[in-house]
Amino acid sequence: MLDQDVLERTLQRALQHGGDFAEVFAEDRRTTSAVLDDAKVEEMVSGRDRGAGIRVVRGDTTGFAHTADLSENGLRSAAEAAASAAHGSAGTTNTVSLAPVEAARPHDVVVLPETVDKRRKVELLARADAAARAEGNSITSVTASYADSRRRILVANSDGLLTGDDQVRTRFMVQCVATGDTGMQTGFEAPGRTVGFELFDQFKPEDIAREAARRATVLLDAVPAPSGRIPVVLKRGAGGVLFHEACGHGLEADLVKKDASVFAGRVGQQVASPLVTLVDDGTYAREWGTYAIDDEGAPARRNLLIENGVLTDYMWDLVRARKEGRASSGNGRRETYQHLPMVRMTNTFLLQGESDPDDIIRDVDYGIYCVQLGGGQVNTATGDFVFGVTEAYLIEHGKITAPIRAAQLIGNGPEVLSMIDAVGNDFDTWAGTCGKSGQGVPVSSGQPTMRIREMTVGGTAA
Amino acid sequence: MSTEPEDLLAIARRAVDMARRGEEVEAYVVRTRETDVEVFGGEVESLSVAGIEGVGIRIIADHRQGYAWAGSLDPEVIAETVGEARDNAGFGEPDEWYGLATPADVLVVDPPDLDLWNDSLSSVATDEKVRIALDLDAATRAADPRVRGVESAGYGDGMLESAIANSNGVASLSRRTVASAYAVAMAGDNSETQTGYGITAGRSVEDLDFGVVTRDAVERAVRLLGAKQAKGRRIPVVFDPLVTRSVLGVLSSALNGEAALKGRSLFLGREGEQVAAPFVRIVDDPTDPRALGASTHDSEGVPTRRNGLIVDGKLRGFLQNVYTGRRTGLGTSGSAVRGGFKSTPGVGVRAMRLEPGTKSPEELLAIFPEALFVQSVSGLHSGTNPISGDFSVGAEGLMVRGGAFAEPVREVTIASTLQRMLLDVVEVGSDLTFLPGSTAGVTLLINEMTMSGA
Repeated sequence: MLDQDVLERTLQRALQHGGDFAEVFAEDRRTTSAVLDDAKVEEMVSGRDRGAGIRVVRGDTTGFAHTADLSENGLRSAAEAAASAAHGSAGTTNTVSLAPVEAARPHDVVVLPETVDKRRKVELLARADAAARAEGNSITSVTASYADSRRRILVANSDGLLTGDDQVRTRFMVQCVATGDTGMQTGFEAPGRTVGFELFDQFKPEDIAREAARRATVLLDAVPAPSGRIPVVLKRGAGGVLFHEACGHGLEADLVKKDASVFAGRVGQQVASPLVTLVDDGTYAREWGTYAIDDEGAPARRNLLIENGVLTDYMWDLVRARKEGRASSGNGRRETYQHLPMVRMTNTFLLQGESDPDDIIRDVDYGIYCVQLGGGQVNTATGDFVFGVTEAYLIEHGKITAPIRAAQLIGNGPEVLSMIDAVGNDFDTWAGTCGKSGQGVPVSSGQPTMRIREMTVGGTAA
Repeated sequence: MSTEPEDLLAIARRAVDMARRGEEVEAYVVRTRETDVEVFGGEVESLSVAGIEGVGIRIIADHRQGYAWAGSLDPEVIAETVGEARDNAGFGEPDEWYGLATPADVLVVDPPDLDLWNDSLSSVATDEKVRIALDLDAATRAADPRVRGVESAGYGDGMLESAIANSNGVASLSRRTVASAYAVAMAGDNSETQTGYGITAGRSVEDLDFGVVTRDAVERAVRLLGAKQAKGRRIPVVFDPLVTRSVLGVLSSALNGEAALKGRSLFLGREGEQVAAPFVRIVDDPTDPRALGASTHDSEGVPTRRNGLIVDGKLRGFLQNVYTGRRTGLGTSGSAVRGGFKSTPGVGVRAMRLEPGTKSPEELLAIFPEALFVQSVSGLHSGTNPISGDFSVGAEGLMVRGGAFAEPVREVTIASTLQRMLLDVVEVGSDLTFLPGSTAGVTLLINEMTMSGA
């Protein structure tokens, strides 16, 4: 993308007014997407973004500038803007010499989406539409979308690092609306992986569509969700969002170091039930949050966060890690070259336990069984978090009974983690987009079927 | 960076000139300059000064639509983007209602006379912007001994310009400036933390009220100290203006003509019906210069106008862009919006508000002997649904008894349906507050919601 000598000169320019660290992050992203709505392919969209972000770190201050102009002149202007933002004074003449590093790939991409005829991408949509509508007359609206992206990045910094990555992601989404006597309900299904067109060897558009349609239809008969503190069972895959919110964000070192996390200062302490062993694994082959290197050039790693309930470590980016005199954990990410990196999760999941999933449900007298969650939110400083359920059922006398309408669940991270009283021997993952400080990045979360002894369910039933 | 705004229109027109016979071509060209300062612990944590440019090209040929975008205004890249959009159009399915804005669409109303550009912003030195953020951080920390720290404080501004031109001869140029500053206070000792948020926004630095930021951030954090989970029950609820703003945002999706056309609105087929308490009036008025989302033109180059959505509790209708306006026969309401140059125009609000009532927030608190005052909500995206109307969100705030704040409350949810909540509106406060985003805030009293807790 850029010549080594241009990068070296740009980094030297960035440090001309002093500074502890300078970095050039260049990105070339191409995307294709297509949307089917109202029974027809509405449009195909293609996009291209290319540019570089340059940062200069001096003490606690980071100066940042970005440019879409990748000529040496364009880079020089951005380097100067970043340098002056970092408010340097003493002019030091740092010489930067870069040593290229090849990052290990977590897996190979089989079929690059750009080599696939657009016609074939559009055909997937029509197949999904037909399959969803075949689920019954109650399906009154189907939206299907296809999206692929190829993101090539390059990282060069004043420590001499020069490395890059080529990240390919593909996702397929179906949303259905079902209409009945009680009004309208929605169903959503959206698998995504860090792979190419081979995504569809694993996930057939028809299956994705049927799942979305089934979900919407089931909810037409839903009863109001309970209100109050009751046992909550989360089906495998569905509940990973719980860990993402209940403790994932609170284990991000930038928030911890600002004293804005309930998990600050708690390494080595019991912060969860002994059944909880949690990892964040950016190397997990093919998963939605996987990469070879993060957006600061650090190789992705499998990081143990909580082991048998004891907090083992936080997640780190380069700047926070340097201050502590340690290595980055490979969690420095940014949405695009126009953003500064910060600590982000990759694929965050709870390791398997020993319980039979059926037993986990059978032991509940009255509670809810969550099959799909619709995202969540946390205030890391207080630890209070929420997540929404988009498909859930009552559990009555150990049996799954009526579907319930969408509701929010609320809890406090450390408290809910301590109340996990069963972890199953199954496992699945879930792809989503995580938002933090206005930046969205692809992440996945996962877990076995598990149970929380008691959590507040925010329904309207008496 | 010294290019005059007229150049943007020239760039858009050059792209449109690449139209071939039988093609309709639209170019949307954007240029922004932004400054962003974040402060932590008395030090500048990050300072970013940057410009963003981009173009989005829409081509309609044989009733098929294609779109392509690029984050660059380089003439070669734009030519390539036009080619991509043309290629993409071949893969869409035909729809007779596809089309770009025409001179007839544009002539329906005159564009409002709005001055949304404050040139003084360009003369504010970066050092002064940094000083604002540093001062906010310090003032917030010093305002109250119970404030333990400031999670973050910051200043941001933007000078945004966009041009639209199409092959039907429609062309418009919009520019606006925005500036804002915020702080998040953390209150409490080591055994407890509560957070509070304060924000101020305007067209330039002189519009900002930093005292409000500090006061709100500190007051909101401190008054939650000692908050506990309340016992679940049905209870009257008072929304803080920041909460009302978010709820209106959810509601706006259901008032969108595209959602209605495609059967995805809880208001489907209910035009003219009583959907809210009889005194409720909801409008989208981008012609009001006080709204930060104000704009002379929409994202298809059509002049904006004041659109009544719910009038005297009755559903007036849905917002329309050129496509939905043609298909429904209602015409565009000047309500095309885009999420930047990377997407085709959808339909949406820019300056939605609940028309204020006559009672102050204090008077609203005193209407019921007991109520829950909701200071902030969480999980709006995961717990609300503008199609089914289901509404369930996390909440924190204070109990209100006899018109006065009593004990603070956290870790509860409040639930109802959007349909029920509109009918259950008891009173809209007089304190209309314009905030960043496309909806305005106002204190709102709802007769009853289900609070879930202990």
